[in-house]
Amino acid sequence: MIEIRQVSHRIGGTPILSDIDVTIPKGGITALIGPNGAGKSTLLGLVARLERLQAGRIAVDGLDVARTPTDRLARTLAILRQDGTVAARLTVRDLVGFGRYPHHKGWPGPADRDAVEEALEAFDLAPLGTRFVDTLSGGQRQRAMVAMTYAQGTDYILLDEPLNNLDLAHARALMQRLRGMADRHGRTIVVVLHEVNYAAHYADRIIGLRDGRIAAQGPAPEVLTEPTLSSLFGSPVRLGRVGEHTVVLHHA
Amino acid sequence: MTRAPGIAAAGLGLLALAAASLLTGVIALGPGTWDGPEALAVLAVSRIPRTLAALLTGASMAVAGLIMQMLARNRFIEPATAGTGQSAALGILGVTLLWPAAPIWAQMGTASLAAILGSLGFLLMIRRLPPTQPLLVPLVGLIYGGLLGAAVGAIGYQLDLLQYVEVWMNGEFSGVLRGRYELLWASGALTLLAYAFADRFTIAGLGREASVSLGLNYARVVAVGLLIVSVTTALTVVTVGMIPFVGLVVPNIVSRLAGDNLRATLPGVAALGAGLVLACDLLGRIVRAPYEIPVGTLLGVLGALLFLWLLNARPRHAR
Ligand SMILES: Nc1ncnc2c1ncn2[C@@H]1O[C@H](COP(=O)(O)OP(=O)(O)OP(=O)(O)O)[C@@H](O)[C@H]1O
Ligand SMILES: [Mg+2]
Repeated sequence: MIEIRQVSHRIGGTPILSDIDVTIPKGGITALIGPNGAGKSTLLGLVARLERLQAGRIAVDGLDVARTPTDRLARTLAILRQDGTVAARLTVRDLVGFGRYPHHKGWPGPADRDAVEEALEAFDLAPLGTRFVDTLSGGQRQRAMVAMTYAQGTDYILLDEPLNNLDLAHARALMQRLRGMADRHGRTIVVVLHEVNYAAHYADRIIGLRDGRIAAQGPAPEVLTEPTLSSLFGSPVRLGRVGEHTVVLHHA
Repeated sequence: MTRAPGIAAAGLGLLALAAASLLTGVIALGPGTWDGPEALAVLAVSRIPRTLAALLTGASMAVAGLIMQMLARNRFIEPATAGTGQSAALGILGVTLLWPAAPIWAQMGTASLAAILGSLGFLLMIRRLPPTQPLLVPLVGLIYGGLLGAAVGAIGYQLDLLQYVEVWMNGEFSGVLRGRYELLWASGALTLLAYAFADRFTIAGLGREASVSLGLNYARVVAVGLLIVSVTTALTVVTVGMIPFVGLVVPNIVSRLAGDNLRATLPGVAALGAGLVLACDLLGRIVRAPYEIPVGTLLGVLGALLFLWLLNARPRHAR
């Protein structure tokens, strides 16, 4: 469970988040949606103790993020940042391997190596294992970053726009894998998505953020309605159906 | 992995350089003059200390450069140009002024403290630079180091200490004798400490957020890195004088060829740094014998050439 209580955040006097109060239950996929600048990345950064909490309280799995030692949290919570691509010259395998650092602290064992190989397989990176990250294409690099987060093997995973740069096959594969992690391993996944159709199909719950406030939250079908989405994004959105799937028509 | 041949080659190369260094100098040593007590004295008092000093300085300054580059997340800086060395010199100047009879440990302590403050100032300054302009970092470093260096020069001139300033700012090994270089072993120890922190420095090179995500105490890792860089530089300035370029060129070459995973590359950086400095010192003894060319001058020329080659060499594509 991720408990966010009365969290407010300002940057240089400007309010970015105001009175955020929300509980994300353990297990399942929660999609965080909302327009650019709504505060989604800021909120994830606060949950992952990357920004200092100014007001309010956040606990992940009962661990107060402001007070729990950072290496303890690193074994419970992993985050993929929106703009977190690395500039360092590391091979893909080494980069993904650093996802295991919270567990082995520099002394990787067989379990860590297995986890790395599994992460490489999972994101179609095995053939790229010896390549330097700075020689990859945008989507390959994004997959390497996702694989690193995945390799961390935490119960809670925060992903900020993981579908960035991914082609449709890899985007679908990633969402299916997240689904599998939630269903089979009871992982709690919070994912920022701009393509609402992925939220419609894969998310259990949706939180809509607008102007630093929670504008909507609840089970996916309750939030994904024409009036809610239209007012959340300030732009007309229609819903349609293809077979048994709800599709969000926002592009025309 | 096929790293064993590389390690063997590097070890043999260093050994050959060291042997050549032991046999090269104004007093000829070789077959025939090899075993007399005089020869042994030359070896023990001068040649062995000089060779060890060059090796230790090269290894530790190359590693200091590497760590500084990881902490600043910028490849184009090194302690000798970005203010660390100049701050150390400023520190010794201060202690020489206020306490002329200061013992070596007091000089060393002051130089280290000044170097830490100077490097910290640099890191804080570049934190404000836009990440989209990576070349601003070395530029600011050059200006900052230049200003501090000018201050050292001006104070030295005022107080008639220029000849000392000269010694601190332009390192060379001709004055190294037994009893005058042993502080450099502390640099060697700091280099080993750096190896113990290799993973943490690599992660720090991924940035603060990635470090925190992986459970690192980022501030502490930066502090340890800063300490290693600053004290190593201060030790070098106090004992042999500032040695430029090693800290810049060597980590760049190794990064180009083998990447930035310090656990794997740090030994190579140390070995290449040691070899480069010893080779330049040796060359400086040979080229105009019986006169010497300061190691810094040769490093400048060789470093510039290596760097140009580096900029033009096509990066190796792994696949
Ligand atoms: N360092 C900063 N200085 C000033 N304003 C900032 C800073 N970081 C974020 N902001 C502002 O905070 C607000 C929220 O930013 P945030 O990155 O959380 O939005 P977001 O919902 O993730 O948007 P996007 O969908 O574009 O990623 C934005 O208005 C942004 O301009
Ligand atoms: Mg964002």
